[in-house]
Amino acid sequence: MWTSRLRQSWQKNLPVEKLLPDTQPAYVSSWIYIFGVATLAALGVIIGSGLVLAFEGASWYHYSSVGHFVNSLHYWSVQFFFVFMVVHLWGKFWMAAWRGRRLLTWITGALAFVASIGTAFTGYLIQSNFDSQWISFEAKDGFNSMGIGSRFNVTNFGQMLLMHVAFLPVILGVITVIHVLMVRAKGVVPPIDAFNQELGERK
Amino acid sequence: MSSPRTKLETAPWAGRTRKYDLIKEGVAALVIVSILVVALSTLFGSPDEKQVTFKDWAVAAPVDFYATTVQELAGSSGSGGYGPPYNNASVGVNLGPLHIAKLMGVTHPVDTVNDFVITPLTTVSNTAPVAAALKQWQSSDSKTQSMWATNYDTALSKANQDATKVATGNYGPVPDLASGLLTMAQAGSLDGALLSQGNYFQSDNTKQTLFLGDGNYLNDRSTAEHLQGSTWGMMNETGRYPGQAWLWLYSFWYQIPPFNNADSHPFGANADPWILAIMGLLTVGLVCIPLIPGLRSLPYKIPIHRLVWKNYYREENL
Repeated sequence: MWTSRLRQSWQKNLPVEKLLPDTQPAYVSSWIYIFGVATLAALGVIIGSGLVLAFEGASWYHYSSVGHFVNSLHYWSVQFFFVFMVVHLWGKFWMAAWRGRRLLTWITGALAFVASIGTAFTGYLIQSNFDSQWISFEAKDGFNSMGIGSRFNVTNFGQMLLMHVAFLPVILGVITVIHVLMVRAKGVVPPIDAFNQELGERK
Repeated sequence: MSSPRTKLETAPWAGRTRKYDLIKEGVAALVIVSILVVALSTLFGSPDEKQVTFKDWAVAAPVDFYATTVQELAGSSGSGGYGPPYNNASVGVNLGPLHIAKLMGVTHPVDTVNDFVITPLTTVSNTAPVAAALKQWQSSDSKTQSMWATNYDTALSKANQDATKVATGNYGPVPDLASGLLTMAQAGSLDGALLSQGNYFQSDNTKQTLFLGDGNYLNDRSTAEHLQGSTWGMMNETGRYPGQAWLWLYSFWYQIPPFNNADSHPFGANADPWILAIMGLLTVGLVCIPLIPGLRSLPYKIPIHRLVWKNYYREENL
């Protein structure tokens, strides 16, 4: 039965020792490792503040000082999210983090970056202020030029609202979960020169 | 077959380890990031420049609004001649031999004459001249309507959009229709009429956005806010805020030749599809870096990893 095979595969590849380890390889002690977990922390603040904004409605933050503050939390957490993610991405590039059969970890990370840009962009479209008016007017030409605008209409507030609070967050969430699980399953990539002695190579 | 190096890099780590608490690290990160976010939110807030309404436009720039209305009737506005996905007035831009927008067809039909002017005017009580103009327009055939609107659009353009200086001509009811819509917009009735188009529930702002963008008012406001495409507009936002800095590479292409010259063929005149195609290729490149010879070797050739793992390399004498 495929369900039991799935269960066995999970137990084999992601036992609790890998999912929630109490030790890490000694090389995982660089400042660069902060940015992966910081990206996830910023995503947590984005989701939390976004849920409050979603519950109160799209116009709330225009007339409520509390609403404007929550909007600011959402705004700055997105800014931090991208800063952390870009540093994390560059760090992983210079670490050649795809080594040791970690190709899919890299691919899911890069796809999470792309999905994040789309999600943030739709957020700018649903601000219901001057910025969203202008951005939607400008952006429509690019999307229309490639035929994308025929299905993804940036001037349709209702569609963009649903894209931002439902469709794209689900996609980003799924990619992020897969990415994190792959990091746990495969482990953190060892240093490039870690095995030079075993392999008889010079650095 | 795996290389010896790949086998070692794939195998569970057998070297030295350190104590680690994943949950503690996650909670600490969440607390620190939350403090940073609260601090910046308290200090700087977030941008919220008030939206532009049709009333704002019609009151602040009545001449521009009037002229744009005439263009909508004549089909000479940006939306009137846009092409797919709004109408068939043109084929739109192209990516080499590909007219992708045309291929996808008209999926969001926009009739600038009726959607922007005539239908909204029918939703309010008009003055006697405007009501008579509406009746005259609706009882005429499309050829006559087009002739009136084009005549007046041309004459108004020659008079530098000053309706008081337009030469006498065969304009039919067009001047009265434009005046009626200006009055309606100044009273604040046009925003709702454009959105609803006779319906109760509505959440699609396409028609409002297209009409608003056809005039100079929105454009001038965005120029004053440094939001034009030629000034990295797509990544900027109002006020002194960072905007969508992550779109810098997309905005970059609009700043350089040939894409920054709309008169340059074939690339400048079709900048949007070409730049999106370039960005699409670069995105695929980013995702596939581990598979691209040369690019995937850079981390070995430029040893920044020595900096990343300097403690470990020192401790292991590597």
